[in-house]
Amino acid sequence: MSATWVAVLAGCLGCYLLKLAGLSVPAAWVEHPVVRRVVDFVPAALLGALVAVQAATSGSALVVDGRLAALAVAALALALRAPFVVVLLLAGATGAGVDLFL
Amino acid sequence: MTDDATAARRATIRDALGLGVAVGLYGAAFGAAAVAAGLDAWQACALSLLMFTGASQFALVGVLGAGGGVLAAVGSAVLLGTRNTIYGVRLVPLLRPRGGLRRLATAHLVIDESTALALAAPDPGNARLAFTVGGGSIFLGWNLTTLLGALGADALTGPWLAALDAVVPAAFLALLWPRLQRTSAEPGAQRRVALGGAVVALVLTPVVPAGVQVIAAVAAVALAGGWRR
Repeated sequence: MSATWVAVLAGCLGCYLLKLAGLSVPAAWVEHPVVRRVVDFVPAALLGALVAVQAATSGSALVVDGRLAALAVAALALALRAPFVVVLLLAGATGAGVDLFL
Repeated sequence: MTDDATAARRATIRDALGLGVAVGLYGAAFGAAAVAAGLDAWQACALSLLMFTGASQFALVGVLGAGGGVLAAVGSAVLLGTRNTIYGVRLVPLLRPRGGLRRLATAHLVIDESTALALAAPDPGNARLAFTVGGGSIFLGWNLTTLLGALGADALTGPWLAALDAVVPAAFLALLWPRLQRTSAEPGAQRRVALGGAVVALVLTPVVPAGVQVIAAVAAVALAGGWRR
């Protein structure tokens, strides 16, 4: 089995068990204040890290290309409350435009 | 059943189906992103069928696409999946899933959107309805559009590939955005945490193996945010 399949299946199993745990473990285990605060902050930290890595790195190098321009356009669209699909289309168009014309 | 109760049920079903269709559309972006990251269409569809929690799926393919190893990719997905555990704890008193099989099936549908629908419903009956109809319609739409996105992305070249590369960070930003708004809990702290995650990840990128910077950033920033008062 390829490494990608191992990652896919292990990730699926892990995420499912986390869902099942919520319905199965005593609430007090999960409602501990420190646990709750850490879990509250994980998505923002992870998504922030992923935005940066996906927009401005390639392998182990920091790079500036169309993705960063597209990210700026996406941020503007989000600030103007554009729907998710519009945000993605504008970002895609920006990335393609930079690739074509620069 | 009274007219009011019927109207409430109709409104619940309408909201749940509407959200299902809207969220289902994100699936196309995921399918395309997965293929752009080097997965095949089978792997993209397996993730949507079996993982079925969007942010974790994007994280897994994002880390693999950046050249990250299995542990870093699975670690990112699982870290993002921890919030579903909290959702489950909040849903138990509303949904009261009885019996082993029902609990196993209910667990699979515990995601951001189905939880939000259930918690917003006016009573436990409507909460169960909203959770099931919303979770079910999102599941169908998400899997169908993942397949379409994955097959469509296989045909992309040149500027279309550049477009797809640009869509992935924008999708992460769109997932992050609502957490930073004034309507979320502690928006100031969430903004510092997100910025901290981004900065730590960029600083670590040249010095650690691909994918590890993401996990390291999350561990550092979430722990710092969690313990500080």
